[in-house]
Amino acid sequence: MEEIIEKLKIQLIDQLNLEDLEPSDLDSDEPLFGSKLGLDSIDALEIIVLLEREHGIKVLNQEDGKKIFKSIRSIAEHISAHKV
Amino acid sequence: MSKKIFISGIGMISSIGDNIEDSLASLLETRHGIKAIEFLETKHRGKIPVGEVKASNETLSQRLNLPTKDSHSRTTLLGTIAAREALRNSGVDLKDGLRTGLISATTVGGIDQSEDFYREFLKDPTKGKLRHISKHDCGDSTENIADDLGIYHFVSTISTACSSSANSMMMGARMIKHNLLDRVLVGGTDALTRYTLNGFNALKILDPGHCKPFDQNRKGLNLGEGAAFVLLESEKSIRQRKYNPICELTGYGNSNDAYHQTASSPEGKGALGAMRLAIKTSALNLNDIDYVNAHGTATYINDLSEGNALTTLFKERFPKIGSTKSFTGHTLAAAGSIEAVISILSLKHNFIAPNLNFSQTMEEVNIQPVKELIHDVNINHILSNSFGFGGNCSALIISKL
Amino acid sequence: MNIYINGLGNVSPQVTTDSKVFLEEPINKEGVSFWCIDPDYKAILQKANLRRMSRLIKFGIYAAQQCLLDANVEDLDAILTGTGLGCQKDTEKFLIDIYGNDEGVLSPTKFMQSTHNTLSGQIALMLNCENYNFTYVHRGASFESALLDGVMLIEEGAKNVLVGGLDELTETYLTITNRMKMWRKEQINQLDLFSDKQSGTIAGEGASFFLLSKEPTPKSYAKIKGMKILFKPKSIEAIHAEMASLLNDSDIAFEDLDVVVLGVNGDPAQDKLYDDLKEKYFQEIQLTAFKHLCGEYKTASAFGMWTAAQILGKQNIPEVLKLNKNDKPRLKNVLVYNCYNNSNHSLLLLQDVNA
Repeated sequence: MEEIIEKLKIQLIDQLNLEDLEPSDLDSDEPLFGSKLGLDSIDALEIIVLLEREHGIKVLNQEDGKKIFKSIRSIAEHISAHKV
Repeated sequence: MSKKIFISGIGMISSIGDNIEDSLASLLETRHGIKAIEFLETKHRGKIPVGEVKASNETLSQRLNLPTKDSHSRTTLLGTIAAREALRNSGVDLKDGLRTGLISATTVGGIDQSEDFYREFLKDPTKGKLRHISKHDCGDSTENIADDLGIYHFVSTISTACSSSANSMMMGARMIKHNLLDRVLVGGTDALTRYTLNGFNALKILDPGHCKPFDQNRKGLNLGEGAAFVLLESEKSIRQRKYNPICELTGYGNSNDAYHQTASSPEGKGALGAMRLAIKTSALNLNDIDYVNAHGTATYINDLSEGNALTTLFKERFPKIGSTKSFTGHTLAAAGSIEAVISILSLKHNFIAPNLNFSQTMEEVNIQPVKELIHDVNINHILSNSFGFGGNCSALIISKL
Repeated sequence: MNIYINGLGNVSPQVTTDSKVFLEEPINKEGVSFWCIDPDYKAILQKANLRRMSRLIKFGIYAAQQCLLDANVEDLDAILTGTGLGCQKDTEKFLIDIYGNDEGVLSPTKFMQSTHNTLSGQIALMLNCENYNFTYVHRGASFESALLDGVMLIEEGAKNVLVGGLDELTETYLTITNRMKMWRKEQINQLDLFSDKQSGTIAGEGASFFLLSKEPTPKSYAKIKGMKILFKPKSIEAIHAEMASLLNDSDIAFEDLDVVVLGVNGDPAQDKLYDDLKEKYFQEIQLTAFKHLCGEYKTASAFGMWTAAQILGKQNIPEVLKLNKNDKPRLKNVLVYNCYNNSNHSLLLLQDVNA
C-alpha cells in the first residue's frame, strides 16, 4: 500500500501541477479537498483522468469521486481494490 | 445619452433551421435539433447527441456562392449566412452615407479548420495545410463577414465564452449611443469542433441524452452550433430611411461572478448583477418582464445558480421562464444572439417556446419553466440571459415597440 | 476628451516592469524571436493559483497587478483585455491531448485555461471585481477595441478602468509562422532591425496594462485626447484624413505634433505604408519606433502606447526609440500610429497632462 501511495503522490503532483511540492510535503491521510492544497472541482476531474490513464480505473461521475478522493490513502486503497 | 436602439434585421442558422423562417417553424412546431452527430469527424459519433446544423461545409459554401473546397472555416460560413440574412431583411443600403459597423463574437474561431491542421502537424511539423491554420484566430470569421458584406467603418470581435454575442450586442448599442456608429451588425458564430466537444466532455458536463434544463434530474448540456446577427440602428438611421423596425433593445448589463473559473457561484451573484443592470438600463419595472429566456444549459451548477438568482430577483412574482437550449443545444458564443433572435420572434409572433424535457422541479429552488408552447400571448418585454466561463454574466432586455 | 493614464504595467522582452525605469539600458539580443523577461511571479501570485497558469496568464496578471500598484487603485469599474491569439499554449496542449489520447480521457484544465477570457476572469477573481469585464480578440485591433471600450466607459461615468493588451509566443507558433515566412530568415541584433531591407520581421510577445481614469493624479503619465480604429483604409490619403480629423477634434495642428510613434516592424513590404506617410506628412517631426524592442505580435500596439505614455510622463525620449532627430525641449502632443498586417490600423492621440 505504501508503495502505491508514494507513486500516487508523484502522479498527483504531476497531474495537478502542484509546483514546488515534493511527495514528502503531501500528507497521506489529510483531507485532499478543503485543505491548504486549494484543490477544487477541476482537480477532482483531473484525478479521475489520472486514475483512468495511469491505473485503468474508471470513475464515472463526480459523486463517486467525492467518496473516493477523501485522502491520498483512500485513493490508493481504491486503486489497490480495483487493480486492472 | 438616452438614445433608443432599434432592431431592424435578424438572421439565424442553427440546428433548428437554416434561416429565420425555418427556425420559427421549428419553434412553433416544437421541433428540436438535438440529434446524433452527422458531419463532424469525431470518435464521439453515435455517443454524444448535439445540435448540429444539418449541412456540410460544402453545402454551406454552395449556398453562399463561395468556392466549396477549403474556402472558409465553418464558423465563417455559418456567420456569413446569418449576417447576410440580417442585413438583407433589414433593407439597409450600406451606401447611404451612414456609418455601419460589425461586432461579432466567437469562442472557437477557425479551430474547426486548424484542428485538422494540428492533427497532421503534431505528427510531422512540415505537414498540415497552411490555409487551414491561417483561419485559426477569432478575428478571421469577422473579417471575412465584413469583406463579404462590405462593412468597413468599425470591425471587431468579442470572446467572453458563452456570453460573447450578448456582449457584442451590448457594445454595438453603446457605440450607437456614443455616436460612433449609426448602425451596427452584432451577433456571434461558433461551429461544432472536436476541440469543444472533447473539452466539454472532459469537464463531464455533457448529457448523454437530450438535455433537461431546470429539471431535478438534469445531467448536463447538449453542445450546439450556429450563428445569429441582428442589425441595431439609431433613431437617426431609422428616420432617414423611414423604416419600421422590428423591436427595441431596451436594456443590457454585464457583471462578473468572480467565484471560480468555470463554475457559477451557488447564489448566482454574477447572474443577479447582470439582470439587475439590464433592468436598470431599461428603466423598466420587474413586473414589466413577461418572459425570461434563461441561460438554462441544464448543467447542475448553472441551473441551480441561475434559479437562485432568478428567485432573488423576482421573489414571488415570477414571469414566464424557460430555456430554449433544449431546442438548439448550447451554441457557446452564438447563444446570446441566437436566443435574442428567438426572443425577438417571440415578441413579433406572440408565442413562448417550451422548455423541453422538464418534468421534475429542482429540490433546491422552485423554478417552473414553461412546459408547453404558449401562443397568442401578449408579450412586451423579454429578459435574455447568457452566462459564461470566467464568471462572465450578461443579460439583455428586448421590447416590443 | 481627457482620459488620464494613471498607472502602467508592462512585461516585455525589455526591462519594463518598473514604470520608474524607461528603457535606460535597452537589451540588444540576437535572434528572430524575443521572449518576455519573466519576473518573479511568486512575489505577486499565490502558489495555488499559479500552478494552472500559462506564461501568458502569469505575465498578464503580473503586468495588471503592477499597473494597479503603480496607480494605487484597488477598486475597478471595469477590466478589459485585448488578445490576438489568446491562450495559445494551452490551446496547443489540449490539441496534443486530444490527438495523443485519440479523443479519449482528457485533462479538463487545459481546455478551461484556453478560453480567451481566462485572463480577465482571473483578474476579476483576484480582485473580487464583479464589474464590467470584456475580452476583445480581433487581430491587430484587439487592444484598440479594449481601449475604445475603456474610453467609452469613462465617458459613461466609470472612475477607474483597467485596459491591457497581451499575446504570447510558443515554439509551435514560431514553427508554423516560419512556414508562412513571417519572420526574418537570419538571426539579427534586434536594435539593427531597421538598418537593412531584408524581408520578414521579428516575433515578440508581452503584456501592457493601463489604468484609465476620469481624474488626474500627481503621477498621471499622459491623457488620451482621442483615438481611431480603421479597417482596411483605401489609401494613405484616407489614413491621413483620419489623422487630420483626430487632431482637429482636439484643436491640434500637424505642426503641433511633437512625436509620432510608428509601428514599423522592419519588413519592407509592411513598412512601405509608414515610409510613404513619413515622406508625405512627417518630414519635420520626431519619429520613434518600438517593435525592435518588443517584436511583432497582434497586441504590440499596447507596448507602443506604453512608450508614448512614458515619453510624455517623463518628458524624455530614450535614444533607442528614435528613428530621426527632431527633438523638442517640451513634449506635448504624441500620435501613435500602428498597422497590423496591412488591415488593422489604429491612431491614438496622447497629450501631456499639463497641456
